[in-house]
Amino acid sequence: MAHVLWLIPALPLVGFLFLAIFGRRLGENAAAAVAVSAVTGAFAVAVAETAHIVSGNLTGVQQTLWTWIRIGDFAPRWEFSLDHLSVCFVLVITGVGALIHLYATDYMHGDESYSRFFAYMNLFVASMLTVVLADDLLVLYLGWEGVGLCSYLLIGFWYKDPANGRAARKAFVVTRVGDAAMAVALFILATHFGTLRIPDLLQQVPHTWVVGQQIATLTAFMLLGGAIGKSAQVPLQVWLPDAMAGPTPVSALIHAATMVTAGVYLIARTHPIFEIAPTAMHAVAIVGVVTLLIAGFAALAQRDIKRVLAYSTISQIGYMFLALGVGAWSAAIFHFVTHAFFKALLFLASGSVILAMHHEQDMFEMGGLRKKLPVTFWTFLAGSLALAGFPLISAGFYSKDAILAGAAETNLWLWVGGLLGVGLTGLYTFRMVFITFFGEAKHEPHRLPSPAAKTALITLAVLSIIGGGLMLPDYMGGFAPLGHFLEPVLPTHEAGHAPMSEPVMALIASLVALSGIGLAWWLFGTRPAFLERLQSGAFARGLDRFMLGGLGFDTLYDFVFIRPFVGLGKLNHRDVIDGVYEGTAALTEMGNHEVARTQNGKLRWYLAATAGGAALLLGLAIWG
Amino acid sequence: MTQIPFEQGLMLAGLLFALGLLGVMVRRNLLFILMSVEIMLNASALAFVVAGARWGQPEGQVMVLFIMATAAAEASVGLALILQVHRLLHTLDADEANRLRG
Amino acid sequence: MIALFYVASAVALVATAMVVTRPNAVHALMYLVVSFLAVALDFWVLGAPFIAALEVILYAGAILVLFIFVVMLVDEGPAGVAREKRRMTPGGWVGPSVLALVLLAEVGWIVFQGDATMTAAKVVAPKTVAIALYGPYLIGVEVGSYLLLAGLVGAWHLARGKRAARE
Repeated sequence: MAHVLWLIPALPLVGFLFLAIFGRRLGENAAAAVAVSAVTGAFAVAVAETAHIVSGNLTGVQQTLWTWIRIGDFAPRWEFSLDHLSVCFVLVITGVGALIHLYATDYMHGDESYSRFFAYMNLFVASMLTVVLADDLLVLYLGWEGVGLCSYLLIGFWYKDPANGRAARKAFVVTRVGDAAMAVALFILATHFGTLRIPDLLQQVPHTWVVGQQIATLTAFMLLGGAIGKSAQVPLQVWLPDAMAGPTPVSALIHAATMVTAGVYLIARTHPIFEIAPTAMHAVAIVGVVTLLIAGFAALAQRDIKRVLAYSTISQIGYMFLALGVGAWSAAIFHFVTHAFFKALLFLASGSVILAMHHEQDMFEMGGLRKKLPVTFWTFLAGSLALAGFPLISAGFYSKDAILAGAAETNLWLWVGGLLGVGLTGLYTFRMVFITFFGEAKHEPHRLPSPAAKTALITLAVLSIIGGGLMLPDYMGGFAPLGHFLEPVLPTHEAGHAPMSEPVMALIASLVALSGIGLAWWLFGTRPAFLERLQSGAFARGLDRFMLGGLGFDTLYDFVFIRPFVGLGKLNHRDVIDGVYEGTAALTEMGNHEVARTQNGKLRWYLAATAGGAALLLGLAIWG
Repeated sequence: MTQIPFEQGLMLAGLLFALGLLGVMVRRNLLFILMSVEIMLNASALAFVVAGARWGQPEGQVMVLFIMATAAAEASVGLALILQVHRLLHTLDADEANRLRG
Repeated sequence: MIALFYVASAVALVATAMVVTRPNAVHALMYLVVSFLAVALDFWVLGAPFIAALEVILYAGAILVLFIFVVMLVDEGPAGVAREKRRMTPGGWVGPSVLALVLLAEVGWIVFQGDATMTAAKVVAPKTVAIALYGPYLIGVEVGSYLLLAGLVGAWHLARGKRAARE
């Protein structure tokens, strides 16, 4: 059965090639059919392989295709490996990806570059699958770059608006910083171990390097850098809110469910390296908690519905990083799975809202859509409940609780930070819900979701509710198929000393979440009078602006990096290096002018020149 | 048999040649330039005759005959060109005929 | 005999110098005739009577007469003479003189390299020359005739008037 593993990334790749070459001639329906069936086919193969692994109790399935490069001893191969960790990712990527493709067939209806969109989407799925299936870090890096490329292409999809191009470039450049760090990590690993093959590396690293050794810490930090870039964590989170310039299905697939989780995958996959570098692990956790708080505050002030969701994504991935940093590996993956469900759902539902509102994205222009768009409302609500971690009935509750439990065991402050984040999440999420769906209706809906869209929304809503069942905590019976499934790959989290027992912590977290939701209802559902007065104060407005701009990160980077760079560029306005070339050309031209002066058309000059030449030659002949 | 110093004969030819060269370079009138060219040709003919006399061979004189034929052809064509130049430019100034300048 | 050689050479040199420096074209041509005659005398002293005769008949007698005809055709009169005088500035002689002297010095150096031999000037009779010419150097004669033909045609064509050329 192993020999069909290659189909998983190959099917979307073929879809991309087909659409890239023939896309212009296909109609919308044909292009949609090709794209959706490619991803669905990949999903089917993935399910089959997973069943094979589960039934045969295997640790994984490998397939070696060919040797990619061979330079002396360094010979990375095109190998795919589907083990228990990558199963989770592959199923989410292909499954949620297929649902998003289905949704997008309606969303992009009428767009002039319909097939180009689906070509890019398929290429993205293929690259992302390469990342998670790669058995060699070099192949992983190839996929990594591929998803970066597709992110750029899709953010700037509507290229006729220059703002979209700027957003795409910003995304690419910022993630490049992270990619450079990751490349350094690969260099270190390749130099020390002579191979980039993941199983070999993960086996050799703990035996060769001592815990806390400098080189190990450096490598781990570099890998962390790559993860921070791709997953939009502090300090490289500035590109994700601007990336909302792309079509909503893109935001759903790339910037919610999959690409931004590539960093999580990387750290989870290379966990032996992190385990021998405790400093780096702490850094992962700190990055996580800082990001989730900063993004939470920023989400509170946004007006654009997609930007709220973007900051929310940054915040939730912060939770995943927090989990990875405290050693709660399976909790992080669990949260990744549930997050993929509800965040994709929220984005797609918001897409329906945006379409219905004539492409209006400002929440304060919406209102009262509860009755007008029922399916959208109820699915959006399901997703919001999951995001806020509503106790018991949402998947988000269980995954977030697993993370908080792990955080509490390591450091109480981390737990407090996570808890504060829970409150913030509830607050901004339901602010979004109440402003958009409740209150006075400002505009009439224009375009209702199609059956395809509704199917996707409802499926994801159901998953958001029942997804918690994948890993129930011990005090609820310990039914945790996901946890058990991940045991062979990820180290089990040792139960450390927690300040209080799990059920108590769960209760506290539930109360915080509910109070966040309640506060949102009070402030944005009922709209008390004092809110207006509070918001009109100078301090309030300044704070609002600060949070709206992502807590000043963009401004900071502008001052620290962009202005000096542009200033340097202006200094070099008459480019020094160009000067060398232009100087050479100018010199040659001068020489030409001088030589041309000998061609003055005067007979006597020519004769004199001949005589002079004769004298010279004779002299050379005699004395030379 | 007269004894003629060989080097002196060649030097004479060289002197005449140099004088002709001087004339070519200094004079602006096309006619004078052509005249100076004739002087130069004549000087080279003298050199050939001296050499022929040195070895007592007829080849020197044969060469001089060819030189004279060349000089005749070249003088006639050159003079015809001078007539054309005079018709076109209404002057015989060599510096005026500089339309082939680069 | 040798005195004749030196006298003729001196006359040739002086006459050539005069040719180069006269502003009047006809005067210059007269001096040129004198120069050629002196050189013809030199030829005879050097034992080349045939060539001496040809020098007088062809060079002085035909080519220079052609020159005189053309000078007559483009005659500019006293204005032309005055202009020539104006053009020959003393400063203009410096450069060419230097160049000519350099060349002369080089030639002199080459010439006086060898031993100073005294040549016995044997008279090379016309008969010998003729045999050489129509023997081994026949091809030169033929080529020379082509050259003269080309010169003839070219000169005739170039010297025609514009209107005549268009007919």
